[in-house]
Amino acid sequence: MAETNLKLLTSSVFKRNPIALLVLGICSSLAVTGQMTTALVMSICVGLVTAFSSMTISLVRHQIPSSVRIGLQIIVAATLVILVDQVLKAYYFSLSKQLSIYVGLIITNCILMGRAEGFAMSNPPLPSFIDGIANGLGYGFILMSVAFVRELLGSGSLFGIEILPLTTNGGWYLRNGLLVLPVCGFFLIALIIWTLRTLDPRQQEKE
Amino acid sequence: MVHYFDIVIRSIFLENLPLSFFLGMCTFIAISKQVKAAVGLGAAVLFIQVITVPINNLIYTYLLKPGALAWAGQPDLDLSFLGLLTYIAIIAAVVQILEMVIDRFLPALYNTLGIFLPLLTVNCAIFGGTLFMVERDYTFGESVAYGFGSGAGFFLAVVVLAGIRERLEYADPPAGLRGLGLTFVTVGLIAMAFMGLAGLEM
Repeated sequence: MAETNLKLLTSSVFKRNPIALLVLGICSSLAVTGQMTTALVMSICVGLVTAFSSMTISLVRHQIPSSVRIGLQIIVAATLVILVDQVLKAYYFSLSKQLSIYVGLIITNCILMGRAEGFAMSNPPLPSFIDGIANGLGYGFILMSVAFVRELLGSGSLFGIEILPLTTNGGWYLRNGLLVLPVCGFFLIALIIWTLRTLDPRQQEKE
Repeated sequence: MVHYFDIVIRSIFLENLPLSFFLGMCTFIAISKQVKAAVGLGAAVLFIQVITVPINNLIYTYLLKPGALAWAGQPDLDLSFLGLLTYIAIIAAVVQILEMVIDRFLPALYNTLGIFLPLLTVNCAIFGGTLFMVERDYTFGESVAYGFGSGAGFFLAVVVLAGIRERLEYADPPAGLRGLGLTFVTVGLIAMAFMGLAGLEM
């Protein structure tokens, strides 16, 4: 059991990464990658919400009539997101302002709905919880990689701490303005997909 | 009047939902292989956006906003924390009703839009439009303009992308980049072109 749970965890981060391979959940993922801090907080939120919603759905899966299951999944997700949103607003107000509407958008995140529908409806609570955490980690992995490149090259810092001294502050690094713009998120995701698919040719699309 | 026009122009070109806020990417990428399907999807988004954003604006102004329930004798009540749950329920309900109404009265339109409507219930672009409306505190009139503009922006973006992707069928990219990767590069380039309009103001 423990071994399968571990397998579940690793395969979602690398082999079945929801963003890179299944193209799920990219909606909200790129807009918060301007800084490492926001990306980290966003990954934690998504991981927690996915894990707990999967667990909840899995606990009541025998009681849900299949005709209303989507509605029920949305309500569970929305309730959890409201909790996360209220906690952020109460304790980390400036962060919640930076994340703006993207915390609310976790509700419509395809990873969340995908895992609830695809995994939690047919598996017991514990594996569902782990599956949720694992998908959150896979999501966080891509998010943090994009944020790493964008913040390091775009602002010369990581987590707000200056790594490459900027010319504007008397250093040597001339910051790359393109990486601050949302546009480069698309290019970076394309590069990540290209890399992953070259390393694992089974993922490539047929002509 | 100029003010409303400004909101429309801004939300179509400068604050385009998929291109500058990454909203609705899942459907944006998935249903942009052919122009015909893309037109259907874009029209459905435009349609729903024009209806849901103003409705949610009314709900927010008269039910959820701090002090909004003064007309019911409850001036101290602040229900804004219920927002997320309410908006998503409203959107789901509106989409469901629309689907039934169109099916009953406009079968021709249903054939074009029908299959996309259920997809749009949990679409980030639709939900994001409502959240932006709340965050920016639009009035009712502004929310109508914003609903139209953001929907039209999605329409434009998805049709342009589909047009380019149809041509890309004939390209011969590296194997790993084929399909999804190349689509992302294309979207990035389109987004850059849209950025060229920055500074456009009425």
